[in-house]
Amino acid sequence: MDRFLYLTFDGLSRGAVYAAFALALVLIWRAARIVNFAQGAMAVATAYVGYSVASATGSYWLGFVVAIAGGLVLGAVVERVVMRFVDHSSPLNGVVVALGLVLIIQGVLGMIYGNDYRPAEAPFSRDAFQIGGVTLLSRFDLFVFGAVGAVVVLLTLLFTRTSTGLRMRAAAFAPDVSRLLGVPVGGMLTLGWALAAAVGSLAGMLVIPTELGLHPNAMDLLFISAFTAAVLGGLDSPVGAVVGGLVVGLLLTYVSGYLGANVAPMAVLILLVVVLLSRPDGLFSKAKARTA
Amino acid sequence: MSNAGDLLKVEGLTAGYGAAPVLHEVTLSVGAGRIVAVLGANGAGKTTLLRTLSGLLPLAAGRVMFDGLDLRGVKVEKMVRHGIAHVPEGRGVVTELTVDENLRLGGLWRKPREPLDEIYDLFPALAQRKNHLGHQLSGGERQMLAIGRALAAKPRLLLLDEPSLGLAPKITSQIMGLLRDLRDRTGLAVLLVEQNVRSALSIADEGIVLNLGRIAAREKADKLADDADLRHAYLGF
Amino acid sequence: MTIVERLATTTKNRQKSRQNRFVPLAGVLVGAAVIVVLTYTLPPFRNYQLATIGAYLCVTAGLTVLTGLNGQLSLGHGALMATGAYTLALWQDRFNLLLPGIVLAVVVTTLAGGVIGLAAARLRGPYLAGLTLAVAVVVPSITSTFDNTFNSDQGLSVALNPPPGVIPVEQWQVWICWAGALLTVLFLAYLVRGRFGRDMRAVRDDETAAKLAGVGVARTQVLAFVVSAACAGLSGALFAVLAQSVSPGAFPLTLSLFLVMAIVIGGLGRLTGALIGAFLLVALPSVAQSIAEDAGSQHLEGNLALTFFGVVLVVVMLAAPGGLASMKFPRKIRKQKGQE
Ligand SMILES: Nc1ncnc2c1ncn2[C@@H]1O[C@H](COP(=O)(O)OP(=O)(O)OP(=O)(O)O)[C@@H](O)[C@H]1O
Ligand SMILES: [Mg+2]
Repeated sequence: MDRFLYLTFDGLSRGAVYAAFALALVLIWRAARIVNFAQGAMAVATAYVGYSVASATGSYWLGFVVAIAGGLVLGAVVERVVMRFVDHSSPLNGVVVALGLVLIIQGVLGMIYGNDYRPAEAPFSRDAFQIGGVTLLSRFDLFVFGAVGAVVVLLTLLFTRTSTGLRMRAAAFAPDVSRLLGVPVGGMLTLGWALAAAVGSLAGMLVIPTELGLHPNAMDLLFISAFTAAVLGGLDSPVGAVVGGLVVGLLLTYVSGYLGANVAPMAVLILLVVVLLSRPDGLFSKAKARTA
Repeated sequence: MSNAGDLLKVEGLTAGYGAAPVLHEVTLSVGAGRIVAVLGANGAGKTTLLRTLSGLLPLAAGRVMFDGLDLRGVKVEKMVRHGIAHVPEGRGVVTELTVDENLRLGGLWRKPREPLDEIYDLFPALAQRKNHLGHQLSGGERQMLAIGRALAAKPRLLLLDEPSLGLAPKITSQIMGLLRDLRDRTGLAVLLVEQNVRSALSIADEGIVLNLGRIAAREKADKLADDADLRHAYLGF
Repeated sequence: MTIVERLATTTKNRQKSRQNRFVPLAGVLVGAAVIVVLTYTLPPFRNYQLATIGAYLCVTAGLTVLTGLNGQLSLGHGALMATGAYTLALWQDRFNLLLPGIVLAVVVTTLAGGVIGLAAARLRGPYLAGLTLAVAVVVPSITSTFDNTFNSDQGLSVALNPPPGVIPVEQWQVWICWAGALLTVLFLAYLVRGRFGRDMRAVRDDETAAKLAGVGVARTQVLAFVVSAACAGLSGALFAVLAQSVSPGAFPLTLSLFLVMAIVIGGLGRLTGALIGAFLLVALPSVAQSIAEDAGSQHLEGNLALTFFGVVLVVVMLAAPGGLASMKFPRKIRKQKGQE
């Protein structure tokens, strides 16, 4: 029972990261109808930059801020320079271009930093402390919950309470009408990509210290898990992404805890297959998105 | 009929989609506080005309002047700042947003932003449905919402594409009455595209008949309504 | 084009293709002759590279048919290659009979492809891409979960008999790989010329119209996936023969992405494009390697090729108006232009 509780909290912490990353996927999907297959690679790139800054200055937090800001910039650049020019007549075009970006980013990272795992320190202890005699959570887990919770709250406020959020939603749903109403649709798209990439970078900074460390491919598996989470929630639904992320996090942690860590990726694959074949539109999506 | 005080002046406008133009050398003008009806058969180019005026389609040739400003090169998203609001064909309500959000969107560019009370007073039906999503509205409500949203931008020129589409005669005449009121009260200029010729001409000052992308006739509204030959030839009644 | 017009053109094309019936066969025979001659003139290392091109050609040819002619994008073909490679390794360990082993590898991969294809037929665009990507990522996890069989990251060695007579091993490898490649190309060339090819294109262009015209959409899609999986399985088995070992590291996600790049650059849906792609998959890393060696940088090795592939892929995609769609059937486009 203690182990179950421990795994549950661990799973929620992992799930929070998946939720953030899935949220980033959903943001771009809603804005541009593109699943950003390059998001994992983009997040790794900013994590590398963040950790470089951290080790050069000795301040983890400076590196953290640089990584998130780097995500904003990278997202905007990717949209402005590349994605804006993708032909949208087939959804495959966006996927293939994103894959090209993956190759470029991983290649450049490898050229600069090499292909060995680099240690990535966590800002807080990862040793779980005890509550009432049961080992539950580490300080780092609390940091994860806090950071992801803050992102969810901020994004919710942005989209429901601010005019910029209203503009972004309108631009995504009805670009032509929005332009007639004076909404700078292109700018909103860039902003959406920037925000999504920053959220992805945050997820990267939260997950990399818990895994083997920095590596150009460090986020490949996380991408699959988060993609599964996003599909589970319905690609259109931010709420679904968060719930989906937590579900996938719990599932993976239970599987790793009881069956072995090697089995976890297969569990994701099986979950993804089951979701795609039984509820292709996800649990929370209203729109019919599968064929989009 | 054109004079120096015209708000919108279109000269020799040629435009369309790709190689072959749909509109050929269209010349027209709309004065402040005037309603000009654009009539014509399906496919005559009415929607294309409005889309070109608001910048959604590029101008192949000709000139569009709005209050002394050349509109060529003005981006679509800037038109509303100059005072042009376009209610597209098929209403263009953002169905995923609520009524209130749709209306707010209309006035977003204005600083400082003004409350929407005035719009809700004009359309009490909308006030009751503030928090309904666009796709929960009836056709008539959507049309009111689209017009209300355009008015929230406080335009000087309203480009209206078939506001009566799919509406009951009673609601159509309500909307026409509202347009007349607004013109009289605020000096709003309206370029009104309509299939419903009678009700359009009932409020318009002037009517323009488009045929195959060219202006076939341009008359005072009452004259046009009385011109049986024109009506038979182009308007089918 | 309306359906009627489309059917009319296909009928016309079919008449024409009857005259061209022997073109693929002739091409393959000439190709075989050229390869055999080459193997006697090239040094061993070049022969090894030539063999690798042949092994790649199997999978790129199958993938270009799947993506180019049927519109399904698979990022999981690296995993299918791994399936073929591991099957052969396990078989050779016990029986050491190469030809039946390769056949078995193809059969097993075909079955695996059938399973994925059944799921794939119900998915579109990014959903299918995501699922197949997951398949590609999951390979190392499978090999370490069942490490009694697959020996996790170390992988397995592939037992091979020495080549018959006094032929150098590289030359023998070229023959084996290119025999597989040319048979694959021949098979696919005739397959896409027939009714199946027409069905695949119809499904790709407009599923509803295809359905109305009596084409079994799901059946065609599953079949297309199965065929390209079989090609991937053969390719994987040939790679096992080439490397004489298999390990998850030989079939990373990057491999699957490289395959996509190869077919896009070569011209989607064309078998000659698959050949160009396979050539580039061997040539570009080799060039990058020598640049890296000249620069004396370890970091450049491999990564230069990666970056280069990525840049080419992005540039090609952005430069081609219409993206992937415009790359399908350049032959037909040329013909239409000629008529105007
Ligand atoms: N997106 C488009 N691309 C190409 N041609 C178009 C497009 N939209 C309209 N057209 C063509 O332009 C011409 C004029 O169309 P337009 O929509 O302006 O007609 P309309 O007068 O508004 O007709 P209706 O009364 O049916 O709304 C038609 O011949 C139409 O086929
Ligand atoms: Mg129209």
